[in-house]
Amino acid sequence: MKTGTSLIAAVAALAIGATAAVAQQDTAKVGFIYVGPVGDHGWSYQHDQGRQAVEAAFGDKVETTFVESVPESDAERAIEQLARTGHDIVFTTSFGFMEPTLAVAQRYPDVKFEHATGYKRADNLATYAAKFHEGRYIIGQIAARMSESGVIGYVGAFPIPEVIAGINAFMLGAQSIDPDIELRVVWVNSWYDPAREADAATALLDQGVDVITQHTDSPAPLQAAADRGALGFGQASDMERFAPEAQLTAIVDNWNDYYVERVQAVLDGTWESQDVWGGIDSGMVEMAEYKNMPEEVAEMARATEAAIASGELHPFTCPVFAQDGSEVPCEGDGALSDAQILGMNFYVQGIEAQLPN
Amino acid sequence: MTTFEAILFTIVAASTPLLIAAIGELVAERAGVLNLGVEGMMSMGAVCAFAAAFTFDSTLAGILLGMTAGGLMAALFALAVLGFAANQVGAGLALTIFGLGLSGLIGAPFVGQTRPRVEEWPIPILSEIPLVGHALFSQDPLVYVAFGLVAGVAFFLARTRTGLRLRSIGENHVSAHALGLPVLKMRVYAVIFGGLCAGLAGAYLSLVYTRFWSPNMTAGRGWIAVALVVFAAWRPMWALVGALVFGTATVLQLHAQAAQVPLPSQLLAAAPYIATILALVLLSIRRGRAVGAPGSLGTPFVPDR
Repeated sequence: MKTGTSLIAAVAALAIGATAAVAQQDTAKVGFIYVGPVGDHGWSYQHDQGRQAVEAAFGDKVETTFVESVPESDAERAIEQLARTGHDIVFTTSFGFMEPTLAVAQRYPDVKFEHATGYKRADNLATYAAKFHEGRYIIGQIAARMSESGVIGYVGAFPIPEVIAGINAFMLGAQSIDPDIELRVVWVNSWYDPAREADAATALLDQGVDVITQHTDSPAPLQAAADRGALGFGQASDMERFAPEAQLTAIVDNWNDYYVERVQAVLDGTWESQDVWGGIDSGMVEMAEYKNMPEEVAEMARATEAAIASGELHPFTCPVFAQDGSEVPCEGDGALSDAQILGMNFYVQGIEAQLPN
Repeated sequence: MTTFEAILFTIVAASTPLLIAAIGELVAERAGVLNLGVEGMMSMGAVCAFAAAFTFDSTLAGILLGMTAGGLMAALFALAVLGFAANQVGAGLALTIFGLGLSGLIGAPFVGQTRPRVEEWPIPILSEIPLVGHALFSQDPLVYVAFGLVAGVAFFLARTRTGLRLRSIGENHVSAHALGLPVLKMRVYAVIFGGLCAGLAGAYLSLVYTRFWSPNMTAGRGWIAVALVVFAAWRPMWALVGALVFGTATVLQLHAQAAQVPLPSQLLAAAPYIATILALVLLSIRRGRAVGAPGSLGTPFVPDR
């Protein structure tokens, strides 16, 4: 029938038009929202390294914008601003940006969004994160080997699953060396307040802790450890220059390849919403040089790193016991499932403190 | 050193930047000028102090330049609110935003650098006093400067002729002007003094406390200093008490967590604010009468000709 054919033709034409619209583009405008300042030497700094890698890779073909120190409460405005000003893709790089990113993504269906460390996705909202807990397991082992007092410390930002999983992996790593190791956790309720992070580290050190790590964004805790002759780790970025005598290693986030790959997908017109969770094997999580420790400890760390990269070792190998001694159901393949790790809201056995909720 | 002494030591150090900034703001407010730009001046102090200390490899140069930067920011504020009688709240907020932004720009080349530790200067004999000696008298020099500032400002406001004049200008600038007091001139000095103090507080953060520069490192301490002045009812000694209460609660809540006291960390994190407000409210009740703000606080003064 004539009408039918023309309808099909019209639909086909529309479809071709639509395909053409999502196909290759010559240039892309890329936006980044950071929770801290790019000069935090940590989390936001590493994301900005990724932004610079995008600029270096594509040159004139991309234009990048970043907004730093965006409070999580005010993120929607900042994200919308980028969406409205012609950005093709916007990366929002803090867990707390999840709801605002989703809200803006729904209002701007033509703009692509990528949210780091979250779990809410849409057709134009992808998520990506790195398995930092793999690195945490390694530094837990190192901490247990290096601690003389048998008490190790952890400065945490907020009790969200990502941080809790890090604490648990750190503890499991430490327990694999010394089952009686004690772990003290201090929450500072801020991602970025160097002076308070330093005070938190000092409080831990004053109470007998001799190796600390932190899941906040500045080198202040590491520096506080160095001042007391204690040991520590870099977080998110290699912080060796802040404490050359105290940094044992650092868990380094490497977003460069991921950002380049995703911007390439935008240029090619092949971008799709997805969920990526890269670990040591993907290069998203890197370990800085193992230093200030005996060679045998460094060798152990390198062996663990290799075992995790090859998939031979999983930080959350079953059985995992929760704080109250109950066994956590094993929903993954011989280990906790990714979903269990991403939604972790319990401490493992051996941690005495109560988890704030 | 016992744990108690260690905790006390950290408390004094944590209170110091708040105290220095609060004392400066207190003087400006007693002269009748509300400067909400403390956070911005402090941030500028922090960045310039670090930049100078790093460039000249001298902590002293850093401190002096940090203070200068704070003072210059205050002078800019004085030009706006005293020279052009601009709205003090608006100008102060603008100064904070401007200071935070400009400090980020100035500090960009210094991101990722660090400075050696500032050694403590233990005072002989005094630092041997049991319990409190170590905390009070084995500190870095800037802590002593902060103590000196409180005593000096308290004495200046209460016991000197110039201090009396400054207070009367803050209470009622029309009368003070009628009596022939140089209202604007004294206010400029008071505002710049506040800026020097805020700059010094910033220098303390970037040179002594964490020894690196990073944007927004003041993390709201300038605002706490402004609040302390109000809660201290514009009295230097109460500002000292307020800063110490705030510092104590801040440090103790961290220790409570480290010692695994079973209280929610969010509640503990709010403790400093609750404790400080409570302590100062109680203090002002005990004083028996309401202590109000300086009468002319925040109002622009345009002399008649």
